Amino acid sequence: MNKVEILVVCRHEGILQTIVRLVNNNPEWHAIGTVTDDEAIIAFDAQPFKLVLLGSGIEKESDEKLRSYFALKNPEIAIVQHYGGGSGLLSAEIYEALK
Amino acid sequence: MMENTVLHKAGTRGHASHGWLNSYHSFSFANYYNPERMNFGALRVLNDDTVDAGMGFGTHPHDNMEIISIPLEGDLEHKDSMNNVAVIKNGDIQAMSAGTGIYHSEYNKDRAHRVKFLQIWVYPNKKNVEPRYDQITLNLEDRHNKLQQILSPNPDDEGVWIHQNAWFHLGKFDKGISTGYNVKAKGNGVYVFVLAGDIKINDQLLNTGDGYGIWDTDKFTITAETDAEFLLMEVPMVF
Repeated sequence: MNKVEILVVCRHEGILQTIVRLVNNNPEWHAIGTVTDDEAIIAFDAQPFKLVLLGSGIEKESDEKLRSYFALKNPEIAIVQHYGGGSGLLSAEIYEALK
Repeated sequence: MMENTVLHKAGTRGHASHGWLNSYHSFSFANYYNPERMNFGALRVLNDDTVDAGMGFGTHPHDNMEIISIPLEGDLEHKDSMNNVAVIKNGDIQAMSAGTGIYHSEYNKDRAHRVKFLQIWVYPNKKNVEPRYDQITLNLEDRHNKLQQILSPNPDDEGVWIHQNAWFHLGKFDKGISTGYNVKAKGNGVYVFVLAGDIKINDQLLNTGDGYGIWDTDKFTITAETDAEFLLMEVPMVF
């Protein structure tokens, strides 16, 4: 079974690790975490993702730049803002984005 | 303007029992996922939690969320990465803006008694704010047969404040007492949660644990059908 590939971008390294760990607890999902815009773009170009989660600390300019870049490269990509930084909302956000 | 409403009966809430934690979720949370119960406007989480004696939530992160805790029974110890250490007890309200990121823990230090509290998350109107924490003790008499404001968007107003155009009120009404509520901001709706007893919102009867959302209206009437306690959460419907 192919896992749903998810790219997580979050400036807060501790929270990023938590989000990636929580996503990977679901056997149907696989997450890669990045902190900087450059890391996110390199990761995005390296493999196909189904979903991008944008976490905390991403400046407005970066947010717009990343959304534009990802959408241009893959018009089908789902891009959502992740709120809360932990387990509470994560699964529902992913299920909603993948509907 | 045509009034809209949504009724969430207590028994239809999500339920999680982790042994030490018994939680009822009015909206999708953790392993409870119901696409029809994602949020009420900016109100995203309403968890009705009971924590066993001596147990609690270990250190965990949050970001970009306004988190409000209202203890209903017992004391809860809060510690966070901003070096705040505090005990919140029945009659207090705690508000935390997670913003760019915060770690915290919540424990019931009492070895003999459980803690019951509401955990409420509201989407912020600003992302990546500096994390902040606030806690106040409320005067319980100020909600007897009247509405007590416990939260607003304004630091100078009554209660705690958050980064959202939201107002919360608590009421503890004797049977037969009735009052009106005027919605404070255009485009806002109100989610009513019954803590104890039976109330009516206009003609809709609500029992303990029920939730009722009302929007596209300027005002409504609350009537206590029995002695009752309830929480009103006014939030933007579009945010």
